[in-house]
Amino acid sequence: MADKLRTLQQLESLQAKYVGTGHADTTRHEFTNTIVRDSYASYIGHPALLGYMALGMGEPKEVVRGQFIERMVRGAGNPPAKDED
Amino acid sequence: MATTSSMFMYSLTLQPPSDITAAVLGQFAGTKEQQIVTASGSKLTIHRPDPTQGKISPLFTQDCFGIIRTLAVFRLAGSSKDYIIVGSDSGRITILEYLREQNRFSRLHLETFGKSGIRRVIPGQYLAVDPKGRACLIASVEKNKIVYVLNRNAQAALTISSPLEAHKPGCLVFDLIALDVGYENPIFAAIEIDYTEADQDPSGQAYEEVEKNLVYYELDLGLNHVVKKLSETVDRSATKLFQVPGGSDGPSGVLVCGVDNITYRHSNQDAHRVPIPRRRGVLENPERKRQIVAGIMHKIRNQFFLLLQTGDGDLFKLTIDMIEDENGQPTGEVKALKIKYFDTVPVANSLHILKSGFLFVSAERGNHHFYQFEKLGDDDDETEFSSENYPSDPLESYEPAYFHPRPLVNLALVQSIESMNPILDSKVVNLLDEDGAPQIYSLCGAGARSSFKTLKHGLSVSELVESELPDKPQAVWTTKLTRGDEYDAYIVLSFASGTLVLSIGETVEEVTDTGFLSTAPTLAVQQLGEDALVQIHPKGIRHIQADKRVNEWPCPQHRSIVAAATNERQIAVALSSGEIVYFEMDTDGSLNEYDERREMTGTVTCLGLGDVPEGRVRSSFLAVGCDDSTVRILSLDPDSTLENKSVQALTSAPSSLAIMPMADATSGGTTLYLHIGLHSGVYLRTVLDEITGELSDVRTRFLGLKPAKLFRVSVGGQNCILAASTRAWLGYTDPQTNGFMLTPLDYPELRWAWTFSSEQCPEGMVGIQDQNLRIFSIEDLSRNLLQESIPLPYTPRKFIKHPEHNLFYVIESDNNTLAPATRTKLINETPAVNGDANILPPDQFNNPHGTEHWASCIQVIDPVSTKSVIFNVDLEDNECATSIAAASFAGQDDETFLVVGTAKDLKVSPRSYTAGYLHVYRFHEEGRELEFIHKTKIDHAPTALLAFQGRLLAGVGPYLRIYDLGMKQMLRKCQVQATPNAITGLHTQGNRIIVSDVQESVSFVVYKFQDNKLIPFADDMVARWTTGATMVDYETVAGGDKFGNLWLVRCPPKASEEADEDNSGSHLLNERGYLNGAPNRLNLMTHYFCGDIPTSVQKTPLVAAGRDVVFWTGFQGTLGLLVPLMTREDVDFFQKLESELGEQSPPLLGRDHLAYRSYYAPSKGTIDGDLCETYFLLPHDKKEIIAGVLDRSVREVERKVSDMRTRVAY
Repeated sequence: MADKLRTLQQLESLQAKYVGTGHADTTRHEFTNTIVRDSYASYIGHPALLGYMALGMGEPKEVVRGQFIERMVRGAGNPPAKDED
Repeated sequence: MATTSSMFMYSLTLQPPSDITAAVLGQFAGTKEQQIVTASGSKLTIHRPDPTQGKISPLFTQDCFGIIRTLAVFRLAGSSKDYIIVGSDSGRITILEYLREQNRFSRLHLETFGKSGIRRVIPGQYLAVDPKGRACLIASVEKNKIVYVLNRNAQAALTISSPLEAHKPGCLVFDLIALDVGYENPIFAAIEIDYTEADQDPSGQAYEEVEKNLVYYELDLGLNHVVKKLSETVDRSATKLFQVPGGSDGPSGVLVCGVDNITYRHSNQDAHRVPIPRRRGVLENPERKRQIVAGIMHKIRNQFFLLLQTGDGDLFKLTIDMIEDENGQPTGEVKALKIKYFDTVPVANSLHILKSGFLFVSAERGNHHFYQFEKLGDDDDETEFSSENYPSDPLESYEPAYFHPRPLVNLALVQSIESMNPILDSKVVNLLDEDGAPQIYSLCGAGARSSFKTLKHGLSVSELVESELPDKPQAVWTTKLTRGDEYDAYIVLSFASGTLVLSIGETVEEVTDTGFLSTAPTLAVQQLGEDALVQIHPKGIRHIQADKRVNEWPCPQHRSIVAAATNERQIAVALSSGEIVYFEMDTDGSLNEYDERREMTGTVTCLGLGDVPEGRVRSSFLAVGCDDSTVRILSLDPDSTLENKSVQALTSAPSSLAIMPMADATSGGTTLYLHIGLHSGVYLRTVLDEITGELSDVRTRFLGLKPAKLFRVSVGGQNCILAASTRAWLGYTDPQTNGFMLTPLDYPELRWAWTFSSEQCPEGMVGIQDQNLRIFSIEDLSRNLLQESIPLPYTPRKFIKHPEHNLFYVIESDNNTLAPATRTKLINETPAVNGDANILPPDQFNNPHGTEHWASCIQVIDPVSTKSVIFNVDLEDNECATSIAAASFAGQDDETFLVVGTAKDLKVSPRSYTAGYLHVYRFHEEGRELEFIHKTKIDHAPTALLAFQGRLLAGVGPYLRIYDLGMKQMLRKCQVQATPNAITGLHTQGNRIIVSDVQESVSFVVYKFQDNKLIPFADDMVARWTTGATMVDYETVAGGDKFGNLWLVRCPPKASEEADEDNSGSHLLNERGYLNGAPNRLNLMTHYFCGDIPTSVQKTPLVAAGRDVVFWTGFQGTLGLLVPLMTREDVDFFQKLESELGEQSPPLLGRDHLAYRSYYAPSKGTIDGDLCETYFLLPHDKKEIIAGVLDRSVREVERKVSDMRTRVAY
């Protein structure tokens, strides 16, 4: 029992530390949200990738960077409505 | 893992990336002089701006083997030296110091704070340092912020505290800077959005109402913790912050830049807001709003101003007015913001203003620019917009501000620093036929600053004199008259039957009273002793004294002199009989013959004598080359004169010898070398032991088909060797790495060369080319790739070469740009208001912007003779070119046509288009002109085209199709869905087609002619977002992906054979696919993270008679190659060397080397040559340790490492 508790605590601390760490009840929306935000963070963070995308979009890098963070706010869209029960 | 691979590649960088991702300015050397430190990819470079010449030159480059993301500079109070903080992908913060004496970066602190890699919550995206150097904050895009306190200890050494956390979950950071608060507690300001509520609300209402906040984080130095001090709502579109000076210099606070506005904010001040002025002109949309993309704050004495740049490249000068008290003294209250147009420069990643009055613009794309300030825009008549006339509330409407862009007034361009970033495509072809070494043709740049660049291996030469002579000279020398002379006095030319002496003065003219024998050819000329001259001719030696008395040593009867070697005290000549006669000058200045003559076994072809070392009376070795393909070293010491010291066997008879000391990385000082040129055109360099005369460490290089002749010259103060074969080469020591380099000169073939020194040209060279006398000099040894640019109007995308002629066809397209037809229409239709009709040169002001408009064209480029664009076809109806091929059609008597694929109304993200087209053009005038034949509408945009067996292969969306040319349109013959997404590239050999997909790696497709069927038979198991690929052999493909990996995949032999069997079509068609893919899977052979996005991959040799390598170009301007390793021993050696280097000199930023090269997938079968080459830069003791572990000598290790490069590249 203690072991189980400790595992749970460890998982919780991981989840607090690293955003996007999953758990047994991760929903599809949470999962896609994490993917979307992780992807944009990676596009912004890698200088070559940001330059590559900015060139494709025909915009300055700084503008594209702002747009991508803005898309991180949105994530994968509105969460699904919770069932009232 | 790696050891199990059966294939090994050795990866090398030819040219580092030229994109500057981050740059900082500071006094890193601890002197008054400012330097610029830049980060490009994984490389950190320190540059020295030279205010007197108006030039920036690199001082030192270090490869950090990690992605450098941010740089910041700080100085501890009271210190005069700036330190550098580097944020990288290592999950660590690094503080570096630049050591001026050693010209190295030294790591002071390395603090771990998180996982490695570039992740959402690992700090590293933002880095801000308190202006007083007391603390720094490193933050991630989301959630995490870490503050480090910087201080100094009792020994005055820099200390760094343990991290203080200021994390906030669910909060995204748009920008983060440090506030200037003087000596109060350090404050950091960030623009943030909290998305937690929006994430919980299914209705989407919370998302609509999300607010953007300006947040202050205060570091309480007393309590040693970080508190959130202020959170104020700002404009929703804000993305950028700039610091406003505080303390005694200004009001403190920040400028928050959003779309179309700049707002001043601070905790104790009112908000002030100015609009960003928009361009006025007939081609400008007056409704288009601008954003600030870069900027710089600069303080001069008690004033300050900011230069802010919009996405168009326009710089605005922003100043802040203060409320004045009754005495007319400014108070701390802000009265108004004022903004006015300053000048237009390329869109920058960062701007830097130097104290010496220069502006450094590290351009986002294309060349970096270095400007000098002519004035500061204080007293011009540009309209100034003041915040007093605009509301501070972001929601209130206001009248936009406008200005007219104009050519530079306040700035003057002093240097344009060549940058290849971004490279979009390249080809290695030999069009110049210079000795078989190919050139690199590449498409670089973006928008109106694009160019077609030709790169050639070579050193640039500046020519001073070229004059034709009456006859063809055989050789040329220059000589001083006395030892103390600074400059040369005579040029001596030797012809087949005589000698001509020219005197060097204001004019160069013939002199006859010099004492030189003019009726015989000359073999050598030397200034001897204090003030005498020596001329050696086939029949004797003339010793000419200062008073023109001549002592002649006649050659023995029936013999003649065939070779001679001289220095200022010694002379050795070889007779046709094979005897060697040796002379030495004695104290009274006369020549004494050594009483014995040494008889060689064969005919002597050449002699070599080194300079007399300082403080000695003679050079102790004579090198003798004989026609039995040997070089012997003879001693010249008095007790063993002309005795054999050592012998070196050669592959061919030597044609030229030179003994010369050169700077050397191994010993750290200079080493004596024997340079040997062979009749076969090979050049050798061996180390000559200064005591024993032993020869060791032979390095060879093929120069050309003619016998190699060697000449000692001097460039940039160092001894160099000029080797003339079918081309002239220069052997020199690289100024940065101290490694030996051999580079051809960008100059015609030389028969002979010699040093030339005069008042105008202290370090020149004189050479003979056919019947011409040429005087030239070499200035820059730091760049060994020569660039030539042809400007292009739009971003080039792809290009092809004409199958027969030396012409290239480039497709160019620019998003959000007005097409020329629309521009003309606008100009003709709009009534011009004064000043609006000015059409500005696009290379400085960019092409006119038009949202969702495409400007696209096809251009014919002649890179060889005219070096310009010779034909242009503009595309209309908002079409943009996406692919190009030259295909010959069997149905048209094998005539070759140019086929261009286009997309109409293309939207990049998310991708959409209304139609795709195939345009067909006929070549005229040997390809110099194009005639439009017809265009065919198709359902998708054709993104890849290739000539295939007398027809055309097209990648149309996910479909692979074969088209034939019809009278009215292209006719579809067959198709298959080859990949899941979109085809980006096609390659073929025989019936096999390699299809690369935008997302799903490469697939192998076979074409069955009998069945007219395309059948995919093998694909990859890993999603690789392929950006470039090439067939290395029939079964193997080398490629690169969007994330910066290079890989080789191979088709299993059985699948490959089965696919090519006759009549296997129906069998292949009916074979069951495996896991929703093709029946077979490709095997991964090698994998390597190169750090840059490969945009083209090609298998080609790079040097004359070199092996094939996989050459790739990177988006950020990298040129690199993969060289196959031949033997298992080599693999073991380099693997050991890699691991030893990783241990002995771990990467500067604390990123593990192997983890870096395995960024996305474990590195496999690839040796990092760039790491191996860092061996040259190690201190000698570390070199010894590593060499000891490898069981070899330092020289052997260095030789192996440098051979890997010189055999196949430069």
